Amino acid sequence: MITAETQHLKPEYDVVVVGGGPAGMAAALGAKEMGADRVLIVDREKEAGGILLQCIHPGFGLQHFKEELTGPEYAQRFLEKVLETEVDLATDTYVLDIDKDKRVKLMSSDRGVEIVSAKAVVLAMGARERTRGAIRTPGSRPSGVLTAGLAQKFVNMLGYLPGKRAVILGSGDIGLIMARRLTLEGLEVAGVFEIMPHANGLNRNIVQCLHDYNIPLHLSTTVVEIHGSDRLEKVTVAPVDETFTPDMSRSWDIPCDTLLLSIGLIPENELSRQLNLRIDPVTRGPIVRSTMESSMDGVFVCGNVVHIHDLVDFVSQEALLAGRNAGLYATQQQPPEDNIRLVPGENVAYCVPHTISSDREHTVYMRVRKPLEASVLNLGEVYEKKLRYVFPAEMVNLKVRPRFLHEFHGDTLKVDIVPTAS
Amino acid sequence: MKIVLYDVTIIGGGAIGCTIARELSRYQINVALLEKEIEVGFGTSKANSGIIHGGHHGSPDSLKGKLEWEGNQLWDPLADELGFGFRRIGELTVALAEDQLPTLNALKEQGEKKGVPGLELWDRDRLQQEEPSLSENAIAALFAPTTGVVNPYEACFNLIENAVLNGLNLFVSSPVQSITEGPDNTWILQTPKKEYRTRFVINAAGVFADRIAELAGVRTFSIHARKGEEYLLDKRLCGLVKRVIFPCPTPVSKGILVIPTFDGTLMVGPTAEMVEDKYNLATSSAGGQQVFDFVRNVVPGISARDCIAEFAGLRAVADGEDFIIGTTSKKGFINVAGIQSPGLTAAPAIATLVADIIRDEGLSMSLKDDFEPAVPKPIHFASLPTEKQIELARQNPSYGQIVCRCELITEGEILDAIDRGAKTLDGIKFRTRAGMGRCQGGFCTSRCMELLSRKMDVPIPEITKRGGESWVVKPRTELTAT
Repeated sequence: MITAETQHLKPEYDVVVVGGGPAGMAAALGAKEMGADRVLIVDREKEAGGILLQCIHPGFGLQHFKEELTGPEYAQRFLEKVLETEVDLATDTYVLDIDKDKRVKLMSSDRGVEIVSAKAVVLAMGARERTRGAIRTPGSRPSGVLTAGLAQKFVNMLGYLPGKRAVILGSGDIGLIMARRLTLEGLEVAGVFEIMPHANGLNRNIVQCLHDYNIPLHLSTTVVEIHGSDRLEKVTVAPVDETFTPDMSRSWDIPCDTLLLSIGLIPENELSRQLNLRIDPVTRGPIVRSTMESSMDGVFVCGNVVHIHDLVDFVSQEALLAGRNAGLYATQQQPPEDNIRLVPGENVAYCVPHTISSDREHTVYMRVRKPLEASVLNLGEVYEKKLRYVFPAEMVNLKVRPRFLHEFHGDTLKVDIVPTAS
Repeated sequence: MKIVLYDVTIIGGGAIGCTIARELSRYQINVALLEKEIEVGFGTSKANSGIIHGGHHGSPDSLKGKLEWEGNQLWDPLADELGFGFRRIGELTVALAEDQLPTLNALKEQGEKKGVPGLELWDRDRLQQEEPSLSENAIAALFAPTTGVVNPYEACFNLIENAVLNGLNLFVSSPVQSITEGPDNTWILQTPKKEYRTRFVINAAGVFADRIAELAGVRTFSIHARKGEEYLLDKRLCGLVKRVIFPCPTPVSKGILVIPTFDGTLMVGPTAEMVEDKYNLATSSAGGQQVFDFVRNVVPGISARDCIAEFAGLRAVADGEDFIIGTTSKKGFINVAGIQSPGLTAAPAIATLVADIIRDEGLSMSLKDDFEPAVPKPIHFASLPTEKQIELARQNPSYGQIVCRCELITEGEILDAIDRGAKTLDGIKFRTRAGMGRCQGGFCTSRCMELLSRKMDVPIPEITKRGGESWVVKPRTELTAT
């Protein structure tokens, strides 16, 4: 793996990118492309690449590179470009604070505390995993209950195993990937339990990680109690009804020493909150314009900071856009402001960006609330698109072209995905 | 091998044992403390509300009511000397209905009789002005400025660190298995590893104090465990209320509280449920439901959505509900039992009371000339001004390395915690807050394990969450060998 850490930082940058994962690297490249000279990526880990570095399984890059790569391979391709384009890279460096004049306070063990100023900032800190506290699983608090991502780090990065017999709560993609990984490492995976009536991971992961290894997936079933004093000894699971209330008369115990939680991700927005960016309560990430600019001028956001993506390829695409616009902002060549607000309809949980401009093409990302067999996506009354099977775990995207809007004179468009009229 | 005869041996390293140990370390006597867990403060002391009660809640006719107010007044010098988190943020006991007003008046009168200063009755307008997040149904409240919040585990760690500095002999992972009378008015305490001889035994064994008394043949009481579940909320809600919010007490309970902890995050709880099993620290969906349902009536802005962690602790409840402190039928065996709420508040007063008791029992106790009252205040990087941070990171690069993202804890702070006694992930967490924030250790656990492994020179699989069988990872070879 090629890595290079910048020894001396410049006091002023055109664009400072916070986070050197897939979003941050693509954003830096985008900024360079638009003529920003001095671009800095700051990452708190020893190497850039973010969470991709522990994702040693294949399945990355099918959209972006048209070939199947592992996580580290995908990261490496971006890192090589970053280094070629002379982006400054400060790894092992933490952003303590960003003030409203876009002065960024950095800290590292090598260089201590230093302040650099930026014309534009891109926030690309990624996400963190939801924990047991968020779902308040009853029971004791033994060792052996951990998030799927932490288990992935133990196994793939540090070479240790989390236990002998595992139960996985939640069918998020990391949990599904870890079900397969643990099986390959010699653990027994007793099952994956999902409280929703549908899986929360990609269909291909259900097939390749569970079906291919005979790992059972129990839908509408959850862990209702955790047992064990020092170390996890067993969990009690029970089916739930439509209101997610467990039916204890049908509960059963599963002996295990490991419980992995794969119950969702939350955008990492400590810095966004410090900057008082407006936050969308549904995505729990900043509200964005079509340029991926937040509610604060010159502060751009991308990747899982904005909303949780299911494919890194989409993160790269979105981050490239954010980076390009940050580059344009820094060099004072911004595109026209947005003039249309997008409002999610009844079966759309959210859409990103929150506003668009009628003068250019946009990709709008959204998630449905409820799965539908045959459905149609309505962009107000100006455009409709037939969709096949849609479900919450798979992001839907829509290219909005200027020609859709030629006859539209309003300022708000409702986006909804509804069943096809029979 | 020479057999050491201790003057005093304390059984139990909770808040009570630690405070007694520190008090006794002022004197020219040889003191030991036996703790069954791998670190002190790992039982009830790390799982309680962390409140230093105002002094007015307990009746002056009970021992606990008396020691509550005495203890309250001793916390400022203790926190000053030992540098742990303590702040008098005040409390409000809130009435939601007219018929609760007499209770507030009675509470005020009781406090004034005990000499608690500053008690005030606030009307609805004052309440809305001072605590706008309180429910509109809050018609009045009793304000007590003397109430404080403390990090109880931090207090334990620093008390014991200071006691050890002043000569205390601390033995962890040392459960007492048998107690026998030795020659010449001495006691013999047996643990799996070693035998200890001592003139005085202080039974500060918390929920197990009845078992310890029984081992010594002086059991005259039972200790029951009353479980309290607590729920910690996301720091998003910091500042929602400024003071500890009590409901109007009923004859059975102080009720469920909203607690702005010393670290600024909100905590809600505790429940109160008698349990048979003294190892039962499980939280329950009924408990969570009860807490959030109750709290919503008082502070409507709180919801279970913001919960980031939950835990439970066991109160040690003696028959009759009061503290049991004093000598027993056998010389040299002293009980400090049934120390439930406000036990933490009372702890410093209990410690001086115990010192008085053993002096009365004939132990010669003269003060040390070289008693060192302080331990260095731990560095908390995030709260330092920028210039200080720059200087510190330059002097010692490990302070320039963030390990815990959520709480902004540096490698330097974690190494300090290990130097000062942390042996486990929980030991680090409760000393530094690394792993206590919203990601609950998702990012920093592996780094903390690496640091513990390096400093203690043990392989990573030997690092535990809190001692015993609480291992975190196993080497590949161990699992595939079977």
